[in-house]
Amino acid sequence: MERSLTHIALFAALIAVLGLVPPLYLAGAVPITAQTLGIMLCGTVLGARRGLLAVLLFLLLVALGLPLLSGGRGGLGVFVGPSAGFLVGFPLAAFVAGWIMERTTLPPFWAATAGGVIGGIGVMYLCGITGMAIVLNKTFAEASILALAFLPGDVIKAVLTGLVTQSIARARPAALLARA
Amino acid sequence: MLTLTSPVETPLHRIPAGVKLAALALFTLVLFQLSTPLALSLALVALIALSLTGGLRFARHGARMLRPLWPFVGLITLWHLWQDDLTAGAVILLRMTAAVAAANLVTMTTRLSDMITVLERLARPLAPLLPPRRLALAIALVIRFIPVLSDRTALLSQAWRARSPRKPGWRLAAPAALAALDDAEQVAAALRARGGTG
Repeated sequence: MERSLTHIALFAALIAVLGLVPPLYLAGAVPITAQTLGIMLCGTVLGARRGLLAVLLFLLLVALGLPLLSGGRGGLGVFVGPSAGFLVGFPLAAFVAGWIMERTTLPPFWAATAGGVIGGIGVMYLCGITGMAIVLNKTFAEASILALAFLPGDVIKAVLTGLVTQSIARARPAALLARA
Repeated sequence: MLTLTSPVETPLHRIPAGVKLAALALFTLVLFQLSTPLALSLALVALIALSLTGGLRFARHGARMLRPLWPFVGLITLWHLWQDDLTAGAVILLRMTAAVAAANLVTMTTRLSDMITVLERLARPLAPLLPPRRLALAIALVIRFIPVLSDRTALLSQAWRARSPRKPGWRLAAPAALAALDDAEQVAAALRARGGTG
């Protein structure tokens, strides 16, 4: 019980800390932040259920008014803005990535990379683009053009999710709760 | 840790948090019923007036919090210029800006402790599923461990820089996650030793 709680809380804190890492700029304009890498790690390291809860706890603190989203954003406003759909996608993406990690017997790198692609790109974009389409009153196809700029960065992040999960699996095999 | 609550005391700070949140929900619902640029502009003007009751510094801080919206404003304006339908574009932009500004206004005028009190009240029906003490402990742990993990990451970054001229970037993610895992184990043991989470 205590272990579950502290893992969920500490990984919620990890998402916030990775959001503080200055973003990398792709082609000089599109920011790639490490925050969504933290979201994916919640799933691939903690597993589906705990990963989902860790991300929900993180979002709860954002809603309470802490500036924890990358770029120092936070508060209630981010949940009605054009990026709100991505925030809805965060916990679902972590859940899906964790589910893939738990249910497949692939080596950690491949399972986590697959989780990063299906959860972090598939689920996240589905929710995010739907959100943008609603807030900006555009069709799904029109809104997806906006998300396209972030695709290369998110492919890189899916591979990074795999690499980081793999090094955790090597350093602390017992701590990889998704495979426990 | 810093919150987004404005240090400038405004009359809005004195309104109970629950009242402000209910008003925000109602305002947002109404916003989505309005469909003319004039009505939406009036709603936005009302919000600006409300922000100005807190003084110029407060209002400027509020405007800064809307900055992440500007790229979307630019794109939507261009799109509707091209489509030659500026009225529809204005409705979308005014509604979006007003909804975000109103929510930010509540965040800026409500203390974290008051927000947590409202949350505890709202979470009470969930008590059999999620004991309130466990939720409070989880929130406190996150708030406490963000600076701890942040300092740890800064140390890792310095250690990297001592060995390499390149920036560490994503390479910090794995050791940072390991630090979180180790801390989680230790804090769990400490909690158990003190009688568990109750």
